[in-house]
Amino acid sequence: MTVAPTKFETLRLEGVSRDFGTFNALKNLDLTIRRGEFVALLGPSGCGKTTALNCIAGLLDVTGGRIMLDDARIDTLRPEERGFGMVFQNYALFPHMNVRRNVGFGLKMRGVPKPEIDRRVDEVLATVRLTSQADKLPGQLSGGQQQRVAIARAIVIAPPLVLMDEPLSNLDAKLRLEMRGEIRRIHQSLGSTTIYVTHDQEEALSLADRIVVIREGVIRQVGTPAELFGAPAHLDVADFMGFRNRVPGRVIGRDGDFVTLDVGDGARLVGKPRDGVDDGAAAIAMARPDDLVPIDAATGIPAEIETIEYRGREYHGLARTAAGLEVFFSSPTALARGAKIRLGADPDRVLVYPEEPR
Amino acid sequence: MSAAPSARRTEGPTLTQKLRARGLDGVTLLVLPCVVVAVALFVYPFLYGLWLSFHPKAGGDALTNYERFFSDPFLSKTIWTTLRLALPVTLLNLLIAVPIAFRVRLMKHQRLLTTILVLPITLGTVLIAEGMLFYFGPQGWFTRSLMWLGVLSHPLHIVHGYWGVFLSLVIAIFPFTFLLTLSYVTGIDPSLEQAAATLGASPAARFREVYLPLLLPGLAITFCLSFVQAFSVLPSAVLVGDPANTTRVISIAAYQAAFEEYDYSLASAIAMIMGAVQLVVVVVILGGRTLLYRGPVAAAKG
Repeated sequence: MTVAPTKFETLRLEGVSRDFGTFNALKNLDLTIRRGEFVALLGPSGCGKTTALNCIAGLLDVTGGRIMLDDARIDTLRPEERGFGMVFQNYALFPHMNVRRNVGFGLKMRGVPKPEIDRRVDEVLATVRLTSQADKLPGQLSGGQQQRVAIARAIVIAPPLVLMDEPLSNLDAKLRLEMRGEIRRIHQSLGSTTIYVTHDQEEALSLADRIVVIREGVIRQVGTPAELFGAPAHLDVADFMGFRNRVPGRVIGRDGDFVTLDVGDGARLVGKPRDGVDDGAAAIAMARPDDLVPIDAATGIPAEIETIEYRGREYHGLARTAAGLEVFFSSPTALARGAKIRLGADPDRVLVYPEEPR
Repeated sequence: MSAAPSARRTEGPTLTQKLRARGLDGVTLLVLPCVVVAVALFVYPFLYGLWLSFHPKAGGDALTNYERFFSDPFLSKTIWTTLRLALPVTLLNLLIAVPIAFRVRLMKHQRLLTTILVLPITLGTVLIAEGMLFYFGPQGWFTRSLMWLGVLSHPLHIVHGYWGVFLSLVIAIFPFTFLLTLSYVTGIDPSLEQAAATLGASPAARFREVYLPLLLPGLAITFCLSFVQAFSVLPSAVLVGDPANTTRVISIAAYQAAFEEYDYSLASAIAMIMGAVQLVVVVVILGGRTLLYRGPVAAAKG
């Protein structure tokens, strides 16, 4: 059995495509992942991120391009020949094997002698803090414990690459936060290269060294969490990064790093322009609800409050402009429903994008 | 009315509530018609037959019929004759059904193939036997084709013998075995196999380590149900078999006792023995099943 190399410097996806009939789930994907990196594939459901992961794992054949592990082509290998560890969304624990046998399965398949299997399983169970559950069946474990068994099973074989497919999506909010820390801890202690699929931007931001935003089978942006959070390259990436407010307008002025937009009703928004924003042309200002607040200036966007809810530290609300545009804002004080307000934002927190053909 | 709620609070739950807590409510009554039917069509005839079998036609000791059955090789060896047919047929059906079920599970036009495979169930053993007589008979297409191809020099005697009954049973019972197997196979989460594959398990190891242990309890049930059908073979043993000799199955012995010798008592005894043999096989299989993992076959509760 030809097994992929256990150590590598780079994993390269070169023009990887995957079609399902006439549907192109992945279109010409190029991506390089370096050893030790934690890379998150982020995108809305159906964007092709799981397809990409399955292609890397070998559970799906690519229909175009190739996948290279250093100089070895691996997309032609079957999953059992690649030797990557994979954590499934539903964990896919073997229900008839206890925790110990589940975790030791990969080692057994590799013909590792029994005493060494026992030793390594004990080690990894200690790492994921499940030593006391070793003899239980998966059905007797809680969701978080099952999840840790799935991680243990994937990392015990010391794979060159760990693949995780939305491993936290079946957990409740509290456990999700806890396991997020656990996954980061395990990654830091083992230094294993990890590809992590998620639709949750918060998860991606907090875990990953680099985030790959995928939409409709195409990579939209690759960058560090800070780059993506602060400066999304495209409108849709910005949308995904929490810039919920999308205010169309026209560029009427430029001052250093900033442009001023006329957004109608005499209102102005000042923000940082991305590439391709021309003076006098139509553009779209994007702002997070956290950054859009009621202001006193006459240049604020006039809107009428439709709903307002208490979020602990502040109030979040939905208001509608005269043009019918929905805007999401926050406010340090309680405001009445139906109140007329003017909204504005710090120019540093507003991004201006050229209008894109959609 | 206003006093009622407080009064009830002191009395605790009502009788209806207590019964409901034990699973007894109006819906439970719906089981009654089934009980009536089961008693009328199964329990009473069974007990009557049991009673009858201990009252020999010619009088005498209560166990006379049983003594006669086991001392007369012509009667007693029907057990072996029937087992010799039913066990291999059931095993073969399972062995064919499992790989086909695995293939069908992955198919797009699953329903079409399932329909085709299940068609024989609608035919009934008599129609199958008739078809086999034409097709496998000395002048049938099967023999003639093989002779024309030069594979055979003289007609093959498939029908009117062991293999005729064997084939007809395989054809008649396969759909049943297959449908049950298919439902067990499709019940297993495919991500388990994928997980095993990413952990380095070859296709053979995936079947051995993951699918087989999860399937075995279901296959044991399938085996029992298919076996019971094969064991009670009567029409095909007569029509495409050699009912006087190699395919003189136990149901033929019972039939002859009842309707040729008019000895209902002996026939009942034979039927009881038949039931006992089936029960032994089923108990052995189900006993073995208790040693297996029988929990959920999904990946996790999520």
